[in-house]
Amino acid sequence: MRAYRDERAKSVAILGRVLGDLDLAEDAVQDAFVRAAERWPRDGVPANPGAWIVTAARNCAIDRIRREQTFARKAQLLARAEELPEDEETTIPDERLELIFACCHPALAPEAQVALTLSLVGGLATPEIARAFILPEATLAQRLVRAKRKIRDAGIPLRVPPEHALPDRLRTVFATIYLVFNAGYGPPVRRELCEEGVRLTAVLATLMPDEAEAHGLHALLLLQDARSAARLTPKGELVLLAEQDRGLWNLAQVEQGRHSLERAMSLRAPGPYQLQAAIASLHFDEEVDWAQIALLYERLAGLAPSPVVELNRAVAVGMARGPDAGLALLDEIGGLEDYYLWHAARADFLRRLGRPAAAEYERAVALAPSDAERDFLRGRQNLLATEFEQRDDL
Amino acid sequence: MQYMLLIYGEDSGWKTLTPEQQQEMGAAYFAFTDELRASGKMAAGDALQPVTTATSVRVRDGETLTTDGPFAETKEVLGGYYLIDVDTLDEALGWAAKIPGAAYGTIEVRPVVTDYEAM
Repeated sequence: MRAYRDERAKSVAILGRVLGDLDLAEDAVQDAFVRAAERWPRDGVPANPGAWIVTAARNCAIDRIRREQTFARKAQLLARAEELPEDEETTIPDERLELIFACCHPALAPEAQVALTLSLVGGLATPEIARAFILPEATLAQRLVRAKRKIRDAGIPLRVPPEHALPDRLRTVFATIYLVFNAGYGPPVRRELCEEGVRLTAVLATLMPDEAEAHGLHALLLLQDARSAARLTPKGELVLLAEQDRGLWNLAQVEQGRHSLERAMSLRAPGPYQLQAAIASLHFDEEVDWAQIALLYERLAGLAPSPVVELNRAVAVGMARGPDAGLALLDEIGGLEDYYLWHAARADFLRRLGRPAAAEYERAVALAPSDAERDFLRGRQNLLATEFEQRDDL
Repeated sequence: MQYMLLIYGEDSGWKTLTPEQQQEMGAAYFAFTDELRASGKMAAGDALQPVTTATSVRVRDGETLTTDGPFAETKEVLGGYYLIDVDTLDEALGWAAKIPGAAYGTIEVRPVVTDYEAM
């Protein structure tokens, strides 16, 4: 299934780039897979299935183009289709990276970027994506059609951006994939989105092996995802990191994540995702090194300043040096008065200092975004705890 | 492909600039236009008179209605345009970002229909 989705994405990328029309590319690739389903069981699987699909898709595209109504478009598309390989011997290049950059183009709205990436690069079916985002299928289908039309009609290129534009464009790609993962991380949890986010970063890291942050984001998602079975109870209640059942952590995946992080750091180009992955990695240690975590948050604040990063730093400092140091830092942060975790952190530090904390807890509960988080905070009111999930929305 | 780069900004924006700033802005537009023309990508481009000179025309039931002013009262108004001929949206966006007015207002980039058969 995964191999099928990879091959499908690769074929769509190649046809889409040559034809300049992703809708047509998708339809032609679909036709080619239908043909394969008819012929392969009868004639045997070809020596190079990927090349077979691309060649068949080329022929299916030509059939479809011949049915085009307008002469000018027909001539233009046919000329483009001729560029595609005619025989199955040609080595098929992997052009998914070009496709990813088109799907995550800043000229598309973020929700369109996410839907397109999941559909074209991830190979998820429209009903699957609609279900994951709790949207009517028709709404999502229309979103996809509009985005593909904009790519075609506005001339969004299927290519890797030039050097000078790459850092900016990569940020959008990373943000889009992180959004996919976070949409699944919940609560409520939607496993298929988390898995897809991890898989997309794996593809990206393979296609851009020299890009440290691609490995950094891959590491971060692997590590966050490794806790997925432990961070919620069967009833859907949040479980503190320190209280999670370590037996439920996916330690093989933690190793994978740490390996990706090492790979990223060996490229000597630090970035926010690598720092967050390093923090996530430290949280898996038997004895959590809070001083080190506080230091990493300080570096993160230098690279990607945000009040949420400052909040996490304050919590880490509180854990390392005591609640009064943490509280002092919390009170220096401006702009989080409506953020439930800021109040929750204040509440915990206040209680640990033996000062009144009930009002702060009430405030946190009132601002919490979901029932799971509200229940969690109510449960904490009588307990000693300050540890939060490391999830910064950069 | 052809793209229309529509330059939107506050209508009174020009008047709020000091004479030096106006001179700088004018020079920046001359330099940009020269660069665009030299690249061979410029099809057309002009500044528009202020929106106070605008007249709107509507024909309803065969009757022509002429009114003073733009079609919609907005804070940012169309002040000028460039029509360029480039290969991709990325190139068009690159030129749009270089327009001096982009630092004050907004440049709307719109692909131009070239294939009327396909519409």
